[in-house]
Amino acid sequence: MTMKTVFKKTTGLTDKPTHYCPGCTHGVIHRLVGEVLEEMDILEDTVGVASVGCSVLSYEYFNCDMTQAAHGRAPAVATGVKRVLPNRFVFTYQGDGDLASIGISEVIHAAARGENITVIFVNNTIYGMTGGQMAPTTLIGQKTATTPFGRDISIQGLPIKVCEMMATLDGAAYIERVSTHDVPHIQKTKKAIRKAFETQKKGLGFSMVEILSTCPTNWGLDPAESLEWVKDNMVPVYPLGVYKNKEGGK
Amino acid sequence: MGKVLMKGNEVIAEAAVHAGCKYFFGYPITPQSELVAYMARRLPEVGGLFLQAESEIAAINMVYGAASTGVRVMTSSSSPGFSLKQEGISYLVGSELPAVICNIVRGGPGLGNIQPAQSDYFQVTKGGGHGDYNIPVLAPASLQEIVELTQDAFDIADRYRTPVILMGDGMLGQMMEPVEFSERSDTEQCKKEWATTGTRGDGGPKIITSLELDAESLELRNRNLQQKFARIKENEVRYETYHIDDAEYIMVAFGTTARITMNAINKARQDGVKVGLIRPISLWPFPEKPFIETREHVKAYVSVEMSAGQMIEDVRLAVSGHAPVDFYGRTGGVVPTQEEIYDKIITVSGGVTI
Repeated sequence: MTMKTVFKKTTGLTDKPTHYCPGCTHGVIHRLVGEVLEEMDILEDTVGVASVGCSVLSYEYFNCDMTQAAHGRAPAVATGVKRVLPNRFVFTYQGDGDLASIGISEVIHAAARGENITVIFVNNTIYGMTGGQMAPTTLIGQKTATTPFGRDISIQGLPIKVCEMMATLDGAAYIERVSTHDVPHIQKTKKAIRKAFETQKKGLGFSMVEILSTCPTNWGLDPAESLEWVKDNMVPVYPLGVYKNKEGGK
Repeated sequence: MGKVLMKGNEVIAEAAVHAGCKYFFGYPITPQSELVAYMARRLPEVGGLFLQAESEIAAINMVYGAASTGVRVMTSSSSPGFSLKQEGISYLVGSELPAVICNIVRGGPGLGNIQPAQSDYFQVTKGGGHGDYNIPVLAPASLQEIVELTQDAFDIADRYRTPVILMGDGMLGQMMEPVEFSERSDTEQCKKEWATTGTRGDGGPKIITSLELDAESLELRNRNLQQKFARIKENEVRYETYHIDDAEYIMVAFGTTARITMNAINKARQDGVKVGLIRPISLWPFPEKPFIETREHVKAYVSVEMSAGQMIEDVRLAVSGHAPVDFYGRTGGVVPTQEEIYDKIITVSGGVTI
């Protein structure tokens, strides 16, 4: 009897077991990024920049050269890497606290300069690592450790829609928001990541994929409920789709 | 190449280019803006890159990114902007990345003013950012010395995988003097196998990080850092002495203040006062040796600074109670005059001004 391999782990990831909570979609997103790097055969020519938050240890998991950045500063670090090594693929992997709060300036200016880098932006509406505090992306009414009575717009203001904002910048070449709440959407997420790296390969400028993600631990939901929560509560506020495509077409 | 007349800030920039620095990430701030502007014009000529960052914070993190690829890279700022870079500098130390950071110090605290000061001494010599660390700090007193020390700064950075600070005051940045640049034949950039440039051909992923979640592992990492700092203390102390062999009184000053103090010493010597100067060139590691050699027979030391008294703490530690340590300083951008320092020498030596 001959055995046929129908599924194997991507070479884009190392063998280290990840530390992510059960039901967290970071693992899925890591795999998608790893698969894209493997399929494009660019793993050896890629430098990743890890950020601060749950994904800080992503430098242990991606099977390429990795540099760890200070909180929010990954796009600035990536700029430094890419400007010295324009022929390498450079990406950042950042959460919503890191990118949309403390690092909003760095990501905006990287896009405005048209830095030829790819930003993987994982949005789960909350600070995971520090114990579930409000992020700029926290939904109105959402309870977190620092909005125990729910996010109140008269106190904490309104969520930032990062893709919509970034798409206004002329230097941004490709901006898409995708989700991980079911298999078809995970497939679309992989296509978006591929598109972003292809954009970088063509030298078109800044590319970013915002990926709606879960945080069962800090949302107080089980993994299945969390996926439903993304679909029912996040997608209506953060509509999926391509927000910027300089190249045109789909 | 003959002598050229240049401004201090431009000398730093040109010396960096001579040291093989091709990447500069900066942000405008007075009184160091000429350095940034010079780099913007000069680096493209040598196939390098100048990029104006959106903030000092972004600039130091771009430096971090460029340094992680193994190239010689630099940023510069002045006091308030330097404060903003402290987080990034701590990361450079933690991740052991070489870079040169220039601080052309101005009056503080807060926005202060744009006049010359030395009041960032504590900040640059005592760590400055979070965590246990020290950074080599070089403080030139003339524009020709800037040429030498800028090149030294890049060599030290590479040799020890550490950021190095070049500290001047606003006056040094703004003054003009003739300087001569020489290619340094012994400037040999170390091989940087650790650099994250992609894994092609080297067999496996390399990681640059300052994170170590396990306490014992972080302690080990910190011990290694401390051993490195000990090696730097052993090998990279720089200072100059002036008339200290027979000195009964020793002035201590660095940078511009040392030059003014030297003139005051010359005048006091004419009046028969046996006074000399210790000029620290490396502010960290602080030169203890000339104090240990003189403290048994010197009647008093005087630290002269453009601050309310910061280096004086290191002077006291080096003198270790063997002699009194006095102080003269001006702050807020006021530069002490030769006459003021002369008067201080006369007072301390118990003489009377003629």
